[in-house]
Amino acid sequence: MNIPPVNISSILPAAVLSIVGIAVMVAEPFVDRSKKTLLGWLALAGVMAAMLAIYPMSENRGQWYSNLWIVDDYNIFFHVIFLLIAGITILTSLDFLEREEINHPEFYSLLLFATAGMLMMSGANELIMVFIGLEVLSIATYVLAGFRRTDLKSNESALKYFLLGSFSSAFFLYGVALVFGATGSTNLIEIAEALRSSSLQITLVYLAAALMLIALCFKVAVAPFHIWTPDVYEGAPTPVTGFMSVGPKAAGFAVFIRVFMTAFPQIQDRWISIIWMVAALTMILGNVIAVSQTNIKRMLAYSSIAHAGYIAVAFASGSRRGVSAALFYMLAYALTNLGAFAVVTILSRSEDKLTNISDYAGLAAKRPGLAALLTIFLLSLAGIPGTAGFSGKFFIFRSSVESGLLSLTVIGVITTVVSFYYYLYIVVQMYMREPGEEFSDLRVPASLKIALLIAAIGTLYLGLLPTRVLDWSTTAALTALR
Amino acid sequence: MDFINSNILTIVTFTPALGALLLLFFPRSRAKTARNFALIISILAFLFSLHLVAHFDSNASGFQYRTDRAWIPSFGIGYQLGIDGISLFLVLLTTLLTPLAILASTRIRDRVKEYFLFMLLLETGVVGVFCSLDLFLFYVFWEVMLVPMYFLIGVWGGERRIYAAMKFVLYTMAGSVLMLVAIIALYFLNGKATGAYTFSYELILAAIHGGKLVLEPATERFLFLAFFVAFAIKVPLFPFHTWLPDAHVEAPTAGSVLLAGVLLKMGTYGMLRFSLPLFPNMSHLFAPFITLLAVVGIIYGALVAMVQPDMKKLVAYSSVSHMGFIVLGIFSFTPQGVEGAIFQMLSHGVSTGALFLLVGVIYERRHTRLIEEFGGLAHRMPLYAAFFLIVTLSSIGLPGMNGFVGEFLVLLGTFGVNKPRGVVAAAGVILSAVYMLWMFQRVIWGEITNEKNRTLTDLVSYEKAMLIPLLFLIFWMGIYSNHFLRPMDASVARLLSQTGKREIQYAVAPALQP
Repeated sequence: MNIPPVNISSILPAAVLSIVGIAVMVAEPFVDRSKKTLLGWLALAGVMAAMLAIYPMSENRGQWYSNLWIVDDYNIFFHVIFLLIAGITILTSLDFLEREEINHPEFYSLLLFATAGMLMMSGANELIMVFIGLEVLSIATYVLAGFRRTDLKSNESALKYFLLGSFSSAFFLYGVALVFGATGSTNLIEIAEALRSSSLQITLVYLAAALMLIALCFKVAVAPFHIWTPDVYEGAPTPVTGFMSVGPKAAGFAVFIRVFMTAFPQIQDRWISIIWMVAALTMILGNVIAVSQTNIKRMLAYSSIAHAGYIAVAFASGSRRGVSAALFYMLAYALTNLGAFAVVTILSRSEDKLTNISDYAGLAAKRPGLAALLTIFLLSLAGIPGTAGFSGKFFIFRSSVESGLLSLTVIGVITTVVSFYYYLYIVVQMYMREPGEEFSDLRVPASLKIALLIAAIGTLYLGLLPTRVLDWSTTAALTALR
Repeated sequence: MDFINSNILTIVTFTPALGALLLLFFPRSRAKTARNFALIISILAFLFSLHLVAHFDSNASGFQYRTDRAWIPSFGIGYQLGIDGISLFLVLLTTLLTPLAILASTRIRDRVKEYFLFMLLLETGVVGVFCSLDLFLFYVFWEVMLVPMYFLIGVWGGERRIYAAMKFVLYTMAGSVLMLVAIIALYFLNGKATGAYTFSYELILAAIHGGKLVLEPATERFLFLAFFVAFAIKVPLFPFHTWLPDAHVEAPTAGSVLLAGVLLKMGTYGMLRFSLPLFPNMSHLFAPFITLLAVVGIIYGALVAMVQPDMKKLVAYSSVSHMGFIVLGIFSFTPQGVEGAIFQMLSHGVSTGALFLLVGVIYERRHTRLIEEFGGLAHRMPLYAAFFLIVTLSSIGLPGMNGFVGEFLVLLGTFGVNKPRGVVAAAGVILSAVYMLWMFQRVIWGEITNEKNRTLTDLVSYEKAMLIPLLFLIFWMGIYSNHFLRPMDASVARLLSQTGKREIQYAVAPALQP
C-alpha cells in the first residue's frame, strides 16, 4: 500500500482553523475569567490566517490525498465564503457572549471546528470525505445551538437539531453505502465513470441518489425537509442562528452541487425534476409562512428557507450559469443575512428578551444608523436593485430562464413579491410606528461595528458592481462542471 | 460642448442623488438648512435639464444626449442613457415638479432631513426611468424609485399610511417582477437570434425590426402581457387602479404631486417606449381590449370622482379618468392620438400637480379635505379662489388651456379609428366638468357656512411661488401648444412607423384567439 504524498499547503486553511481551535481550547483554563474575550480575538486571528492560507492553497490545484481532496476554483470560492461567515460570526459573538454571561471560549473552538468541517465539505472529492466534513460541522453546530445551557429553548433547539440531524446523516451514509454497492467506489469521478457503463444496477443508484438528496435537502433546509428550522433557529443563541442560516446551508449546497453535478450527471434528468419541485415548494412555503411570523428570528428562519429555494432554482437550471448564480447568491445572501443577524443580536438584549417584530417599533427615531443598516439588509433580502440580493436574484432568474424553466421563474418572482411584505413590515415597524421600547441603553461595541460595516459594504458592492465577483463565480462554476 | 452633451443626462439624473448623499451629513437640528439645500439641488437639476430643451434637435427622430458605457459587460448590461421627443418633456416635468413639491413641503416638521433625502432620491429614480436605454438599467430605476415613495407615504402620510404604502409597493412589484422575467426572456431570445447577448433597448429593437429576431405569437403574447401588466398597474388602467386612491389620499401633498404628476406617467411612457415598438403585433391585437378598458376607466373614474366627499380622493379618481385618455390615445396608433397622449401626460402632470398643491394648501390650514367642511372660501381667500378656478378649468379642458389640447388630439385620433369609443370618451370630458365644477362650487362659492373657515388666510409667498409656474404653464401649453408638440413629431413618427399595422398581424390573429 502506498502512502499518498502529503501536501499540507492544499489543506492549509482547514489545518490552520483546526490548530487554532485546539489552541483556544487548551489555553482556556490558563486565561483569567475577565480576559476570556481575548481568546475570541485569537480565534478571529485564526480565521484571518486561514484566509491568508488560501493563497498557498490556490497554488496547489489538483487532486490530493488519493483523490480525496480537490483544490479548484469552486473550492476556493467556498473557502472565502465560509471564512467570511466565520469571521463575521466571531465579531458578532464577542460582545454577545459577555453580555449573556456564557463567555466560554469553547464557543470559538466549536465555531472554528464547524468552519473547518465546512471547508472539508467544499473540497471533498469523495463521499466519505463529504461525510466526515458533514459530521465535523454538524456535531460542532449541535453544541453551539445549545450553548445557552440554562435556557430551555436553547436546549430544545440543540436536541431537535441533533435528533433530526443524526437522522439525515444516517440517510446520507446509507446512500453512500448503496452507491458503493452499485459502482464499487465512493470517489465522485469514478462513480460518474461507472454510471456511464451500462452494466450496473441503476435502481440501486437511483435509491442511493434519492437517499443522499433527502439528507442534503435536510441540511440546506428546503421544503419539505425544513420543519426543524424555525424551532432550532429561534432557540439557538442569535449569532449562532446567523451562522446556521448561512454557513451549514452554503456548505450543504456546496456538497449538493458538487456531488450531483460530478457524480450523477448521467441521471440528471431524474434528479433535476425533483430539485424543480423542491425549489417551487420551498419558495412558496418559506415566503408564505414567513408572512405570519411575529418573532424576528423565526421570520428570518422562514426567510432563510425561502432563500434556499432560490438557490435551488439556480441548481435546477443544471447549467454552468446556474451554478455560477448559485455561488454568487450564496455569497450575497451570507453577507446580507449575517448583517441582519448582527443588528438583531444588538437589539435582542440579554436572554433574547426583545426578538418580537413589534419590539422594533420606532427604532429609526432613536437609532437611525442601526435602522438604516437593517433597512439595507432587509431590502437586499427582498431584492431591491442596488443591493446584493437583487444581483443574486437577477442572475438566478437569468439562468433559470435560459434553461427554459419559465414557470419556476414565475413562481420565484411572485413569491419574491410576497417576501416584500414581511421584510417591509419590519421597516414599517422601525420607521412608521411610535417607539415602544427604550433604545438608549443599547451599546454597539466596536467588534459589531466592524461586522456591520463588512456586511453593509459587501451588500452594496455586490449590488452595484457585481462584475468581478460574478466572473469569479463563473470560473468557479466551470471547474465544478467538468 | 460634446462633453456636456454626452454627460448631461447623467448630470441631470444624479444631481439629486448626490444632493441626497450630502444631506446625510447634515445635522438633524438644522431642518431649515436641509430643506433649503434640497430646494437648491432640485432647482439646480431643473436648470441642468433646461440644457436638454435648449440644444434639442427637433428634426432628429433618434435618441439624443447619448451616454453609453459598460456596466456589467459579461452580461451585456450597459449604462445607456438618451432621450427623444417622447421623453424630453417628461424629464423636464419631473425636474420642474420636484422643486415645487419641495416648496410644498415647507411645513413638514417631522424628520425633515430624511424627508428631503427621499424626495431627491425619488427624482433620480424617475428621471432615470425616462432616460434609460438599457432594459436592465430601466428596470433598476423602475424598482429603486419605489423605495423613496414607500417611505414618503409610509412615514409622512395620513391616518392609514402604512396600509397605503404597503399596497402601493406590493401592487407595483407584482406587476414589475413579471416584467423582469420578460426582460430576461427577451435578452435570451435576442441573443439566440442574433448572437449578441445584450440588454440594450436599441439593439433589441433593431433586431426585431430588422427581421433578425422573430417572436413566435405565443412568446410575443407572453412578453407583451408581462410588460403591459407592469405598465397598466402603474398608469393605473382600470381595473388595476385600486391602489391609487389609497396612495394618493394617504401621501403627503408633495408625494401626491409627484405620484400623480410623474410616477403615473412612467406607466404610459413604458407603453410608448417598450410595448408598442417591441411588440407591435400584440399591441394591435390587444388594442381593442385595452382601449375598452381605457374607456371604462374614463367613465368609471369620472363617476366615482363625482361622489367623493374627500377632495384628494376626488382628484385621485379624476386621475384614473384622465389617464384613461392617455392610454386611449396611445392605442389609437395615429399621430394625433399618440401626440395627444404625450401632451396629455404633461398636461395632466401640470394640472393635477397644481390641484394637489391647492388641496394641500387648505389641508395645511384646516387639517381636513372633506368638501362639506368648506364653502365660501372665495370670501377669505380670493387669490386662492382665482388660482383654483384656473386649474379647475384647465383640468376640465377649456380651450386655451393645456387640458384641452391633449384631450382634443386624443379624441381626434380615436374618432378616426373607432367612433363609438371616441363618443363615449368624449362623454368623459363632460363628466369631468360635472365633478370638477361641482367640487369648485361647493368649496369656493357660496357663503361661509363653517365658522372655522372665517379665520383662513390667503396664499402666502411660498405657496404663490409653487403655483405660479404651473399656472403659467397651463396657458403656455394651451396657447403655444406647438412649442411642445413640435419636438415630438419626429419621434412619434418613428414610433408609429415601428408600430405600423402590418399585414402579418391579420394572418396570425385568428390563431391566437383562445
